[in-house]
Amino acid sequence: MERSVSPKAISLGEIPWWSWLVLVLLLVVLFLALSASGDLLAPLIGKAAYATDYLHEFTHDGRHLLAIPCH
Amino acid sequence: MFATFLHRGMAAGLLAGLLCGFFAFFLGEPVVDGAIQVEEATAADHQMEASANHGHEEIFSRSTQKVGLLFATSLFGVTVGGIFGMVYAYFRSRLLSNSEWSRSLSLTSAAFFGVFLIPFLKYPANPPGVGSPETIGSRTTEYFAMVTLSLVVVVSTWYVARELRARGMSTPVRQLVVALGSVVVIGVLYSALPAGPDPGEFPAGLLWDFRLSSLGTQVIFWAGLGVIFGFLNERYARKAST
Repeated sequence: MERSVSPKAISLGEIPWWSWLVLVLLLVVLFLALSASGDLLAPLIGKAAYATDYLHEFTHDGRHLLAIPCH
Repeated sequence: MFATFLHRGMAAGLLAGLLCGFFAFFLGEPVVDGAIQVEEATAADHQMEASANHGHEEIFSRSTQKVGLLFATSLFGVTVGGIFGMVYAYFRSRLLSNSEWSRSLSLTSAAFFGVFLIPFLKYPANPPGVGSPETIGSRTTEYFAMVTLSLVVVVSTWYVARELRARGMSTPVRQLVVALGSVVVIGVLYSALPAGPDPGEFPAGLLWDFRLSSLGTQVIFWAGLGVIFGFLNERYARKAST
């Protein structure tokens, strides 16, 4: 029965500041792992974008099977 | 609290990511191989250099890419699990479920719909060979826009249902109103957003098999995350209460 007590509500202001940083960091890692590719980023950052193709090709099968658009 | 759930989310996500990675390795990879054969045959038919799609990208061999699959699903698991853990920390007290186990299952179900299923029905997974590389920019934008909008739909559905409950609306009426409302909004989104890529002459059976194995991979991930995360929290809650 002790677990049926609802935990204390956390308001938006009570969310620790670092969790927003962690959220952004995790989203960036997620994007690099699952979406970044030379063809996608070249229009934005130029030729340097093709460096991400190593990640793109290594995670290629995972991207397709996780249903994320991949070239 | 946030740090605890972040850690547990990442741990549960890593395990769930590995689990769905093994599923994808054994059931999805044969289909990917089939799709690449079709792609290469089509490229040869059209007398293009094999470089049309994959040829110029042979940075890694196919066997390395299959190892990369497990890397990709694990990394997907750790990051999505971490985000999920922090979202859980925020929503935990707001859910109707009254145990860590059922809270974890209900929040992963909601996330499965918002992050994956609703976008997937509009933009289903495509194997190598479907969709031209020139459109990768717009396809990526559309897909992530769909994910964001689906999450907005899921969260607002939950919020509206909660408000209506607080106002004392009867359960059948409330559930019908909420279900109908969200179906209409999703329908509008589906027709408003541009269509996905045309598979052209890609074999329909192979395409279906690919999408099915992609669906299976994601189902296993979210089910695994819900079960493992719920189990971890349940265990610590029990320890704390004894």
